[in-house]
Amino acid sequence: MARIHVDWRASLALVGTVLKYLAVPLLFPLVLAIYYGDGLFPFAITIAVTVTAGFGLERLDHARDIGAREGFLMVASTWLFVSLVGAVPYVLAGWGTASTLAHPVNALFESMSGFTTTGATVMGEISTARHSRALLMWRQLTQWLGGMGIVVLAVAILPELSVGGAQLMDAEAPGPGIQKLTPRIAQTARALWGAYMGITALEIVLLYGLHLGGLAPNMTLYNAVAHGFTTMATGGFSPEARSIEAFSAAVQWLIIPFMMAAGTNFALFWHVLTGEPSRPLRDEEWRFYAGVLSVGTAIVAAVLFTDLGLRNVAAIGGPVAGSAEASFRHAAFQVVSIVTTTGYASMDFNAWSELGKLLLFVGMFVGGSAGSTGGAIKMVRWLIILKALRRELFTTVHPDAVTPIRLSGRPLDDRTLRGIYGFTLVYLLLFVAAVPVVLWLGYGGETLSVLEAGSAVAATIGNVGPGFGAIGPMNNYLGFPAPSKLLMVGLMWVGRLEVIPVLVVLTRAYWTS
Amino acid sequence: MRILIVGAGEVGSSIAASLADTHEVVVVDIDPERVDALTYGEDVLAIEGDGTNLEILEEAGCEKADIVIASTDSDETNLAVTGTVDTVSDAFTIARVQKTAYLDTWRRSEGAFGVDFMVSTNLLAARVIVQVIGIPTARDVSPFAEGTVQMAEFEVPADSPLADRSIAEIDHFDGLTFAAIIRDGDAIVPRGPDEIQWGDQVVVIGRPESVHQFATSLAPGGEADEADDVLIIGGSTTGGLVAGLLEERGYKPRLIEQSPDRARELAEAHPGTTVLEHDANDVEFLEREHVRDADVVVATLDSDARTLLAALLAKQVGADRAVAVVDEAQYVELFEAVGVDVAVNPREVTAEEIARFTLERRAENVAIIESGTAEVLEFEVDQESIFADEKIKHAVQELPSGMVIGAITREGAYVTPRGDTVIEVGDHLVLFVREESMDEVVAEV
Repeated sequence: MARIHVDWRASLALVGTVLKYLAVPLLFPLVLAIYYGDGLFPFAITIAVTVTAGFGLERLDHARDIGAREGFLMVASTWLFVSLVGAVPYVLAGWGTASTLAHPVNALFESMSGFTTTGATVMGEISTARHSRALLMWRQLTQWLGGMGIVVLAVAILPELSVGGAQLMDAEAPGPGIQKLTPRIAQTARALWGAYMGITALEIVLLYGLHLGGLAPNMTLYNAVAHGFTTMATGGFSPEARSIEAFSAAVQWLIIPFMMAAGTNFALFWHVLTGEPSRPLRDEEWRFYAGVLSVGTAIVAAVLFTDLGLRNVAAIGGPVAGSAEASFRHAAFQVVSIVTTTGYASMDFNAWSELGKLLLFVGMFVGGSAGSTGGAIKMVRWLIILKALRRELFTTVHPDAVTPIRLSGRPLDDRTLRGIYGFTLVYLLLFVAAVPVVLWLGYGGETLSVLEAGSAVAATIGNVGPGFGAIGPMNNYLGFPAPSKLLMVGLMWVGRLEVIPVLVVLTRAYWTS
Repeated sequence: MRILIVGAGEVGSSIAASLADTHEVVVVDIDPERVDALTYGEDVLAIEGDGTNLEILEEAGCEKADIVIASTDSDETNLAVTGTVDTVSDAFTIARVQKTAYLDTWRRSEGAFGVDFMVSTNLLAARVIVQVIGIPTARDVSPFAEGTVQMAEFEVPADSPLADRSIAEIDHFDGLTFAAIIRDGDAIVPRGPDEIQWGDQVVVIGRPESVHQFATSLAPGGEADEADDVLIIGGSTTGGLVAGLLEERGYKPRLIEQSPDRARELAEAHPGTTVLEHDANDVEFLEREHVRDADVVVATLDSDARTLLAALLAKQVGADRAVAVVDEAQYVELFEAVGVDVAVNPREVTAEEIARFTLERRAENVAIIESGTAEVLEFEVDQESIFADEKIKHAVQELPSGMVIGAITREGAYVTPRGDTVIEVGDHLVLFVREESMDEVVAEV
């Protein structure tokens, strides 16, 4: 047995600290449960569980010396442990009822889907009649916590993480390499979380304002908070079974810019707020992001307007084909929702023709910007890959040309490029490997089409949420057999942490060399 | 005038030689052989010693010197010399540097390092090459008001779109004042209907961005087409600077550099240049990259022998013109004799520039235009000044016509001078003044 070179005790002890503090967000549904007089015990017990587990893990080590290796293990296991704890309220609340979440695999799926901001659900029936309001809000809150990142939040508030914090954030934060905005990493983490909280609060106020203004009858304060949490996290959970279709056109219009903000690099908000309002326009990734969303929306809107994309189905609120406003709104909403990996739906896009669905399927691989709350491969990687391809063509003509790839004018070194190629390849390989497994395991005895299975895998590894067909935006993942669900739990976990931090922990070299 | 030169290498000796006839020249050098050579070779006082040592400088009489020129081969020594001189003397200091980073710093904040005028050997050589290629660059750029304002002097090229057009027509640059047109050695203060002509020198004062904008529209490189194919062979500092100057004017030069690291470095610094990593003396490669179509080849390799070979090879393959950067001044003629069209020696160019500057200027002024016809000066407005709390159009009525207000800076920010602009106490003014109006203007302001 080779000697283990990873101080796993230190990593787990830090995970313990995070678990201990997880009791604080759990107080929110607890207070709601007291307010609504329903569903108090699951949260009280979960708080006890997480505090006990936290203290237990903390006893493993007192030194807390976190290096790069320990960082990967800490981040990967934090997300696993937090999701396990997050599943407890679902199991306890569902115990002895007909709730599909009473099954531990389903509860874990729902919890992982929440924290990773995927938004894929195995709730059989989403309604306040079946589940307590506190439990439904917990589901929303898990996404909000996972959006900007649990570890980033921990770095922001826990002084003991100030030294190794950059390593940890690097392992968790989306995109290649974190941008230190301030000399102290804790300040950077606080700036990111501050921007995140501020924009979330703004969205909640505006959504509730629409309600008060009479433009959104069912956007109550509860719903405003619930959707504020999951828009800015690019999550996609909704306490409404029909997602955003349940709300008025005004609400749908309002949510589109907030989804776009959620898919933007949050460092840009920091720059805008610290006196550089034109920074996004100079940022190449942001321009690419805005371009992809605009072009995607234009194409889909044209497809919807001319009825190419619909199989003569009218959305709630009137026909889409032929109505410029409705086709533009639904196109923009779905494109932004899928590309930023939010996963909301303003209409059941299952009703679209194969062409429309194919466009959305491609969108699932694009993803938000680096440093945003969105998942999937991300804008910056696609942008750099496109530039690298263009360079290949150029060097074919001029074999001796030295042409560094630039991003916003700054040259990138080859190490960064290799990292981007490597990530994208592993991501696509995982997708290709998982699709046959999901196809083979089927969906509750039924066979799935390749597009359905493919969309399920792409939607979980990319943290998008809904897929097509049986798992469309108004349906759920319940019908998958337990092994498929566990595979998807893994995909969501790997996808949220951008593959490498999880995979590296699974290699032999990580532990022994 | 008493001139002190620190550093008697090629540049220092050459400056000493050209100034010795008309001025009292003192030279300080650390090398006894050079000191001997100068003592017997030129009519100058040569002192052996370290020029960064204050005692030596005092021995050389730096307090009494009107001009101190630091021209050793080391940038840092030169800056230390000017910094030291600045502590004891009011002499006008000139420093020669190689690194353009120092020049950038000095341009941004006037007086940095105690330097009053800075010459970058490499940049000067690059600028000469670009001029040789046929693209005009600013002959002289001086910063004022801590870099908020620049004065620049341009020569109008024959094919300039601005040639033969009136000032009124071309004056659409925000934050830029046309201070003078110099024609046949005479400075004219331009009025709206005056036209600028080919061969004129135009002096502009304004925000650095505007000066740059003017430079590009005076000689737009944006229309650079296939006929302006420039190939730079060798990624030396000068080669990189030539690429940078060409890029600024919209050209897309190609640059050949053999070392992979240096090639990468150049490619990162110059996004508009196609950097090719290859041996420039490989004929097959030159054929493949269509060097025969090049209009100009600039050879600037690390040894004169390789530079010469590269320049001749390129001509042999079919390039129209070859310009070479020669390290050893004595080879310049040889290069031109065997077929290189223009050979440029950076040290020679630097010595000429410093000597020209020294001969043309009077020590107490800030900048001088073309053979002493006019000056540009900066001063702060005080209570006594004719400008204090006065609209420009009222103040200028009291002043001679040979004067232009080039720029105003208020609390470090640029203010465009217009007739209605009220000048406040504490503002900095940058004035262009013709020589004959000088005394009157200085008395009034």
